Amino acid sequence: MVCAMIVELGHFTLILALIVAIVQTVIPLIGAHKGWANWMAVAEPAASAQFLLVGFSFAALTYAFVTSDFSLSLVVANSHTAKPMLYKVSGVWGNHEGSMLLWVLILTLFGAMAAWFGGNLPSTLRARVLAVQSSVTVAFMAFVLFTSNPFARLEVPPFDGRDLNPLLQDPGLAFHPPFLYLGYVGLSICFSFAVAALIEGRVDAAWGRWVRPWTLLSWLFLTIGIALGSWWAYYELGWGGFWFWDPVENASFMPWLLAAALLHSAIVVEKRESLKSWTILLAIMAFGFSLIGTFIVRSGIITSVHAFASDPSRGVFILGILAFFTGGALMLFALRANSMQAKGVFGMVSRESALVMNNILLAVSALVVFVGTIWPLIAEMTFGRKLSVGAPFFDMAFTPFMIVLALILPIGAVLPWKRARIGRAVKQMRWALVLAVALATLAWAMQTGRSALGPVGVFLGTWLIAGAAVDLFLRSGRGNFASKFARMFRLPRADWGKSIAHAGLGVTMVGIAGMLAWETEDIRVAEIGDRFEVGQFGVQLDGVEQVRGPNYIAVQGQLSIWRDDRKLFDLRPEKRNYPVARMPTTEADIHNGFLRDIYLVIGDQQEGGGWAVRTYIKPLANWIWAGSIIMALGAGFSLSDRRYRVAAGARKSPANAVAAE
Amino acid sequence: MKKLLIVLALIAAPMAQAVEPSEILPDPAQEARAREISKGLRCLVCRNESIDDSNADLARDLRVLVRERITAGDSNKEVVEFVVDRYGEYVLLRPLASGSNLVLYIIGPVALLAALGIGFIYLRGRRRPAGQVPDGLSAAEAARLKEIMKD
Repeated sequence: MVCAMIVELGHFTLILALIVAIVQTVIPLIGAHKGWANWMAVAEPAASAQFLLVGFSFAALTYAFVTSDFSLSLVVANSHTAKPMLYKVSGVWGNHEGSMLLWVLILTLFGAMAAWFGGNLPSTLRARVLAVQSSVTVAFMAFVLFTSNPFARLEVPPFDGRDLNPLLQDPGLAFHPPFLYLGYVGLSICFSFAVAALIEGRVDAAWGRWVRPWTLLSWLFLTIGIALGSWWAYYELGWGGFWFWDPVENASFMPWLLAAALLHSAIVVEKRESLKSWTILLAIMAFGFSLIGTFIVRSGIITSVHAFASDPSRGVFILGILAFFTGGALMLFALRANSMQAKGVFGMVSRESALVMNNILLAVSALVVFVGTIWPLIAEMTFGRKLSVGAPFFDMAFTPFMIVLALILPIGAVLPWKRARIGRAVKQMRWALVLAVALATLAWAMQTGRSALGPVGVFLGTWLIAGAAVDLFLRSGRGNFASKFARMFRLPRADWGKSIAHAGLGVTMVGIAGMLAWETEDIRVAEIGDRFEVGQFGVQLDGVEQVRGPNYIAVQGQLSIWRDDRKLFDLRPEKRNYPVARMPTTEADIHNGFLRDIYLVIGDQQEGGGWAVRTYIKPLANWIWAGSIIMALGAGFSLSDRRYRVAAGARKSPANAVAAE
Repeated sequence: MKKLLIVLALIAAPMAQAVEPSEILPDPAQEARAREISKGLRCLVCRNESIDDSNADLARDLRVLVRERITAGDSNKEVVEFVVDRYGEYVLLRPLASGSNLVLYIIGPVALLAALGIGFIYLRGRRRPAGQVPDGLSAAEAARLKEIMKD
């Protein structure tokens, strides 16, 4: 009885939150327009209230999952009593309805954070930011309540559920959506700031300073979210691919690219009061692409136009949200953009131009990904051609942008503001260049094939990592090596964050190139007791056993890895079968190493009695995700710089903050 | 939930392994060619997966077909043409650069050139906004600077 009450209360608080959100959208906007302080003051308590109400609603749904309340159709479809607790909880967002409730929860969380940490904003700007943020929340709450209600009941509850899709019962995927959503939705704050600034008709250095932490935070979460998803694909899908250029992946990658661009252009607004209208446009587009991503994933339109046409209610609703917010903001932009005057003056070669170049490369590469993603749809609807755009196209069309980006990054990072000389920057970077060339040559000499991919990756990666180190070193002023080295550790955290993130990109690039270029693969039938050579390792199939998990049964291969006559370690890949969901999964067993992963998969028993065994040696695989973690770490460092800390400005007036630069 | 749809596609497919030991050609050079071709061909019932990666039965049939054509002596191009004739251009993961698809191929370079052009004009404009600070120092400023530096 209590249990039923909690779920009903959760449904009720969600409806209540919608009403609060409508109030928060309307009242502060009018207040800001008329200059009524008490109307503007409604925004903050309303933002906190929304978060608490939706928080309760989400907790109620989680409670229903944890207690396996099978009167909710969502719980029946996605849970089972025998499922481990972690996946009962992650099952809350492992489905459409619950994930949209999570999206709304995060929207209100960011709205509340903007209210809590926005004490330093001018009161009209704060009221407008919170009102715009709330209008986005209204749209998504209405979407959840009217098209995707997670609290829908069943008249006759069954005894047990249908279980969560086994592929989703995995720690990597349990936490992948929340991080991705934190990133997507974090960009809504940048959007709200952009729209509020357009309404105010004012963008200055202080605005750039306020937007940057939110962008950093979103980009940090997007980086982690994408890395988790890619890591999951690597170990779960059974052949060690990590990126497929799938529309759903691209949906998260485009906001990441645009957030990275926004991150850099906001610096120019903050330090040099230039690129203002472009930055506003980027802030709108970054969130616009988050919405496009949601639309692509939630409507399934790219997979099948027909599936979309047969049940268009959800897709059309999100398309409406997308059109209203992006279209409305762009219209406002067209009306107001010319009121923003750039102030900074700078030469053709300068930090400013380098950042413009960064923005060009990131924005155009995002466009290429976007066009590639929707091209099958356009081709089918306008030219009647049914075609696919997959990994080979994106590899060809996207990679050059990243190569150029990596080439110019270390130089651009050390160019001074206003006026610079390329020659001087190249000279400063000469040791990084020498090291990169040396390591690339070494890689070229050591590899067996003639592929340029590996050496190029090593060159770019070393160039980025060493370049980041040189950048830090150059910032530590004059004097001898020891004093510079000591001073390096007292540099602002934002400087460290920049170098760490740039080095992280280098690490990821080395990883991707190394893994793609130097992978070894072996597919064969092995009898029990067989030992075979793969690369420099011996692989021995010691046995195959049946094992039983909490909600699955599995065939487990028992293999050992040898070098010469010394046994190194055992690996236990499994083929699992989840009887409730009636679905098999492959659980590869991976030995992670600094320089290589050994990746083993057990297949079916063959007719002759042996077992299919697939062995991969994947060089530098971990570098891909290590680099992502390092990039996120860099963003975290920047975020913790006291100049940028989300709440920092509270103690400083905006005018001072600008003068201090 | 970016992988959800891959996942949904996989549900439909019985979980065999991609590239079974029995499919592999005895000649490593031919097998390498088969793998190369397979990476560019789409598993028709899957979501954006190549037949090389996919576990679906149809992908397996296509892999076997590709290997049959190779052993029959076809060149890589002929194998791909053979598959496209049967299944349409939908099977290609990298669409043909012909007709309307040219838009897809030139949008990147064209957008890049346009962006570089706009960026160049913008940067040139920022060098000296009308009637503001001129480049370098005026003669009087230079003289004053010299005086200061002497001290």
